[in-house]
Amino acid sequence: MSSTAQTATEIRTFTVEVPEEQLDDLRNRINATRWPDRETDASQGVQLETIQALAAYWATGYDWRKFEERFAALPHFITEIDGVDIHFIHVRSEHEDALPLIVTHGWPGSTIEQLKIIGPLTDPTGHGADSADAFHLVIPSLPGHGFSGKPRETGWDPIRIAKAWVVLMERLGYTRYVAQGGDWGNAVTEQLALLKPEGLLGIHTNMPATVPADVSKALATGGPMPDGLFGEEEKAYQILKHFFATGVGYANEMANRPQTLYAIADSPVGLAAWMLDHDERSYQLIARAFAGNPGGLSRDEVLDNVTHYWLTNTAVSSARLYWESHLAFFDVKGVEIPVGVTVFPDELYPAPQSWAEKAYPKLVHYNRVAEGGHFAAWEQPQILSQELRDTFRSLR
Amino acid sequence: MSSTVETPTEIRTFNVDIPEEQLAELRRRIDAARWPSKEVVADRSQGVQLATLQELARYWTTDYDWRKLEAKLNALPQFMTEIDGVDIHFIHVRSKHEDALPLIITHGWPGSVLELLEVVGPLTDPTAHGGRAEDAFDLVLPSMPGYGFSSQPTEAGWDAGRIAQAWAELMNRLGYTRYIAQGGDQGASVTDAMARQAPNGLAGIHLNFLSTFPTEVLAAIFSPEIGGGLFKRVGVAVVASRAEKEHAALDAVAGIFMSGYIAEMNTKPQTLGYSLTDTPVGLAAWILDHDADSYEKISHAFLDGQPSGGLTRDAIVDNITLYWLTNTAASSGRLYWENAVKINAALASGEKAPELSLPVGFTVFPGEIFQAPRSWAEKVYPNLTYWSEADKGGHFAAWEEPQLFAEEMRAAFRSLRNGGSS
Repeated sequence: MSSTAQTATEIRTFTVEVPEEQLDDLRNRINATRWPDRETDASQGVQLETIQALAAYWATGYDWRKFEERFAALPHFITEIDGVDIHFIHVRSEHEDALPLIVTHGWPGSTIEQLKIIGPLTDPTGHGADSADAFHLVIPSLPGHGFSGKPRETGWDPIRIAKAWVVLMERLGYTRYVAQGGDWGNAVTEQLALLKPEGLLGIHTNMPATVPADVSKALATGGPMPDGLFGEEEKAYQILKHFFATGVGYANEMANRPQTLYAIADSPVGLAAWMLDHDERSYQLIARAFAGNPGGLSRDEVLDNVTHYWLTNTAVSSARLYWESHLAFFDVKGVEIPVGVTVFPDELYPAPQSWAEKAYPKLVHYNRVAEGGHFAAWEQPQILSQELRDTFRSLR
Repeated sequence: MSSTVETPTEIRTFNVDIPEEQLAELRRRIDAARWPSKEVVADRSQGVQLATLQELARYWTTDYDWRKLEAKLNALPQFMTEIDGVDIHFIHVRSKHEDALPLIITHGWPGSVLELLEVVGPLTDPTAHGGRAEDAFDLVLPSMPGYGFSSQPTEAGWDAGRIAQAWAELMNRLGYTRYIAQGGDQGASVTDAMARQAPNGLAGIHLNFLSTFPTEVLAAIFSPEIGGGLFKRVGVAVVASRAEKEHAALDAVAGIFMSGYIAEMNTKPQTLGYSLTDTPVGLAAWILDHDADSYEKISHAFLDGQPSGGLTRDAIVDNITLYWLTNTAASSGRLYWENAVKINAALASGEKAPELSLPVGFTVFPGEIFQAPRSWAEKVYPNLTYWSEADKGGHFAAWEEPQLFAEEMRAAFRSLRNGGSS
């Protein structure tokens, strides 16, 4: 990694270049992994067979340099905002009227999630779409994530990050723009919408926060299902209930004790397991890839992202975002500007249209697509790109 | 480790003998630790502090000597016996006093039999430790399945109830026809289960942790009165009629249920296991972050050289090293998963735990995660025959304050001696 140092508000170019000894050290650590016994039940987390297949491929078949070459070929920048270096990819469309779009990743994601939408969004005519649908793309790394700096003080919650994104778009000279995100990227994007910065025309989300207050309360307290939930609403409630009963251990730990996770800073395989176990369906998707039957994500893509976390030593700094945030993840936040929602079937919960309409009074687009899960842009870049074109067409 | 192989129900002697290369490998891994950036707060609110853990790592590789512990363990009579398909390691010290009362003490997580080493003398040899001959105990200190030198179950089903059944078999196999049981933490769950199963010979129990709650307390913990976001549900609203003490306990109990390590081990012990199994400093951090009181005490031991009672640097590192060398990070975490499966099934089916009528003694230690109110204990243990509030000690009561703990055992079980019952 190298950069030309300039004054704080300036934008410096950034080159990704990991020293060979870091890659050697990583391989050595993977090869020296000490393993626990096999799980005694499949529900206990990442299965030994899957993680051992991942480790074997990571140490012998995987090539970071292949990814690095592709990644480094993109226009990378760093600029200091509010005391933290923010890394971002900035790809301008050749189409003059392109709409600026800032896309925010989540955890355990990174800018790597967005690489496959860069072509379709910035160069629509090269990807079977109309030049009127072109975007200028800004893809930042969250503070404490990827090549962004690690905050040295508390306070970097989604609200502060959203404020930093306003500064970033201003600094890039964009006066009219839109924003998109899922996971923490949605949390940041919704906070950005609540700030109503001059120039923000609307947002799109692939993990909308639409859960009504009574449903949220029932989920938080283990109370009975609220009356009046039928069909898609009941289904969403049941899925969320299962998720909160079995799937939030990692989030609880990161929200309460992120620093205690020294183990995932010191063990690549431990880090990989922690990242794989985000949600049941993305875990199944990834496990498939390592069983030789990839779906929306390949082995290389999964390892690009895990390796990126490892090399930047951001396991703990990224976890601090959970500690910082005091926002209820799926609760309605009161976004008043135009919103587009795409429901991917394998997302943490499928947001019913009725909830989306109540959560977002200016719902300009709602669509349930056939394929894809939590990592929408990464798994289904064509579908997400088309959803963004459809959502933002009316806001241009 | 060495043992003489015999048939399953037999009891073999056991000695600890870790190969030198495992110790060298451990030191190498500690030295090669890759550290995260420092926490961004000035206190323990984000977890184990970097300065504490780095000092522990330094001590571990430079001053610490596992062989000292090994010699101490091997000076005690250790055994292994297979019960229900799992090898159970235990320390068994008979008192020289004829009428000694047999006592089985169960450790918890992240503890081990090492928590109990300093009570062996006071309990089995009271006359040399300020007690009387009639206060003597024969002591049985087993390692739970998946912990320490016990073997790791390869099938699901080893919850507290199954461990309790194994303990009854162990006491039976040792020829004890009348005995008592004690536990804190997960050891309290096992001991509570033993008392509910009420095997022949079990005359009573003592607990230093409340693992069973009155129905209305559970209802309050999971009631809509809990405020906060979904990931930070640690606060409990004030219920006007509650006594201050009960409210503080309720608040603390709710905090336990929502804390990260329990949520993760309840649901995904295997996922966590990969990292803890592969990094000694990661394992150490996870073990240190059990509760605020013990963390503060341990932190002082390393940073200021001021240990609290038995929680010395060596004692702390002994225990962590035991977890490391036996590779039990994942298998020990599974006990939480097992118990959660059992509790969830019981909640779903409406099945109630069997009534408990045996005599129960309870000691509250002031540094414990929550101060069990007597009113709660009386509700879950109708035959509460002994109640005491100690003036020092915390979650690892026997480890931290062995003398005080031994005195509590003597006082709690005095009425159950000589065939007496209450």
